[in-house]
Amino acid sequence: MADQALRKAPLAGRHGGSAGARVTPAAPATRLSLRAGTDAIGTLSLAFGLELPQRPKTSASISGRHALWLGPDEWLLIDENGADLAGIAAGISALHSATDVSHRNTAILVSGPDAAAAIAAACPLDLGKTIFPVGAAARTVLGKIEIVLLRTGEEDYRVECWRSFSPYAFGMLVDGAEDAGL
Amino acid sequence: MLLIYCPYCEEERSELEFRHGGDAHIARPTNMADITDEEFQEFFFLRDNPKGLIFERWRHIHGCGRFFNAARDTVSDKFYMSYKAGQPKPDVPGVTSAAATNENTGGNAK
Repeated sequence: MADQALRKAPLAGRHGGSAGARVTPAAPATRLSLRAGTDAIGTLSLAFGLELPQRPKTSASISGRHALWLGPDEWLLIDENGADLAGIAAGISALHSATDVSHRNTAILVSGPDAAAAIAAACPLDLGKTIFPVGAAARTVLGKIEIVLLRTGEEDYRVECWRSFSPYAFGMLVDGAEDAGL
Repeated sequence: MLLIYCPYCEEERSELEFRHGGDAHIARPTNMADITDEEFQEFFFLRDNPKGLIFERWRHIHGCGRFFNAARDTVSDKFYMSYKAGQPKPDVPGVTSAAATNENTGGNAK
């Protein structure tokens, strides 16, 4: 009997999209749901090594680590290199709440000239260049599920969704990508 | 699709991201244990359900997660304004409350 747990990615082996928008599962990452008052932001920013954004719909990114503004006292931290974010949070004395959601979420990368159209097929958010520029992030809906959307490049988006909803989200984005290419 | 202005996100977002939260500015009695059943019923169950202007709580549940208050017309569904939770009930320019309209016209909608 195996005495070691094997990591099974929820979207392993899937691929899809169209000539205009590629839809691919993102590599595993560590994630933290972080909540704190304004007086703790300075200490937390210092500990995590990036300035926690305080404006709506903004994010901060430094070498694979992202901090996304979700609400006035709520952030989603993502580390694509798998750093122990919960471990860092445990060493911070400033009052905050941190929950490790690395395995609750998974991410789907949508990229290409039709990426925005593929997402807009099921997402009501305005993805225009001026209102949702590179680095913009927001919690919103995709079809019938809740997602967190981060614009990582002119034609690149990261869609964070709950693990159990990921086949739905992936199918929705693939359909959107195919429709956008018509 | 309705667009609702979220005072925390500081922009209009789709109605799909919001959830309705009932009447706003309902003051919870400070002496809950002392009031009569009738007074409790009045506070807990009875709402005006006006035709026209209403002040409601809304929650941006699939966005920033915050509760806020909004002034809406129950007939046209038009959102007049929204403001942060905890702020006093504002005047809506150019709109009189349903109660005032009823007094003026002798309406029986109440």
